[in-house]
Amino acid sequence: MTIGDANRECLRRIQAGTARLVALRPARDVVPGLGERSVLHAGPPVAWERMCGPMRGAVIGACLFEGWAKTAEDAVRLADSGALAFDPCHHHRAVGPMAGIITPSMAVWVVQNDARGTEAYATLNEGTGKVLRFGAYDPPVLDRFAWINRALAPILDGALQRAGGLDAKTLIARALTMGDECHNRTTAATCLLTRELAPHVAAARAGDTERALAFLARTDHFFLNIAMAACKAVLDGAHGVRGATVVTAMARNGVEFGLRVSGTGDRWFTAPAPKVDGLYFPGYGPEDANPDLGDSAITEAAGLGGFAMATAPAVVQFIGGTPELALQITWRMYEITLGEHETFKIPALDFRGAPLGIDIRRVVETGIVPAIDTGLAHREAGVGQVGAGIAEAPIACFVQALEAFVAELPI
Amino acid sequence: MTPPAPLLGGDTRVINIGLDLFAETLEALGVPVVSVDWRPPAGGDRRLAALLARTGDDVEAG
Repeated sequence: MTIGDANRECLRRIQAGTARLVALRPARDVVPGLGERSVLHAGPPVAWERMCGPMRGAVIGACLFEGWAKTAEDAVRLADSGALAFDPCHHHRAVGPMAGIITPSMAVWVVQNDARGTEAYATLNEGTGKVLRFGAYDPPVLDRFAWINRALAPILDGALQRAGGLDAKTLIARALTMGDECHNRTTAATCLLTRELAPHVAAARAGDTERALAFLARTDHFFLNIAMAACKAVLDGAHGVRGATVVTAMARNGVEFGLRVSGTGDRWFTAPAPKVDGLYFPGYGPEDANPDLGDSAITEAAGLGGFAMATAPAVVQFIGGTPELALQITWRMYEITLGEHETFKIPALDFRGAPLGIDIRRVVETGIVPAIDTGLAHREAGVGQVGAGIAEAPIACFVQALEAFVAELPI
Repeated sequence: MTPPAPLLGGDTRVINIGLDLFAETLEALGVPVVSVDWRPPAGGDRRLAALLARTGDDVEAG
């Protein structure tokens, strides 16, 4: 098989990938390889000692949520003791936004790609601001987090079962025509999801349905985690094509940015996590921000987020840009991708397919790097989100990947 | 023997690939010029360009 053949096969698998939202389950019941003291995190591997502030804060919050520690100090001692098994979400078919922490009692969405037999997982979104995934862990944060996982999750799972599951890929495609790029803006997708689930929530009459629907109504980013799991399920189905130069994962742990390539197996190619060019909430500035963080760049690898920025003129206000900038970013991404999405279309570009299939060769050749829509976490544990912006993937990762790819070619 | 057709017999319109200097000089003479946004592969890094040359679509990947 030639490199061209391999890339065509890889792209075919992505195009044909499905993303069926089938359930919400405790992570311990579905996430493979998750031990009772497992703590999954965003990005490539990183040891507790090297974790950034917001990730450490989210680990502390997770320990308090699980009941492994009674205070933040206890949680730090527990992590220092080596009793927690840290591992990237990506090593367990999962993805997590920002700190990306997943522990056994957390509820996760289950998304299946029937075309390739892959399954992926992501936690429920808590909203923005002072939330656990941005490193906050004070009592109101943990109370809300516990309610989401222990009360909201069963309600939504019941509704999802009653609905017979939902086609997340179709929801994403529709949301793109309604102003979402399905990374930093999932307002339309969340509305579509709520519209699908609400009748079933009402019919089931289980739990505090009013609070559940009110939470969905005000949590614009609620669909983000589902979009991430959908992208993960699809891209995992295109991973491992020998000879393919297509990126199948991009992720950041707040210290390093990492990527994986379909044809180079499960190894990560890493470089220091980039700073984010963005817009800050009142009272915060660039000196407060942690370098880029989270598994959510899986959306860009699947043609969403920064790659589909032209669909979302409203989002550029959230990240400090202009509609013209949004168009320019999407145009640029066509320069480094191998195809155009057959399902995810961009109205502003005469319904042209979103740029799809990041080719490490094109990135190195052109010097154009993926643009990633992202949130900004405070660099210290316990604070939370301080803004949002656009990050640029470091080109060093792509150079490393190309070197490794060439080294593995037959002589 | 038929004489060759004049190369620049009509109005000249130019597509410029490469240094902007060529385009700027012609523009100064009133010649319409379109510049192609081109730069050397890998920013001119010869080592990376050599790696890229080994990864063409027709290369056997095993």
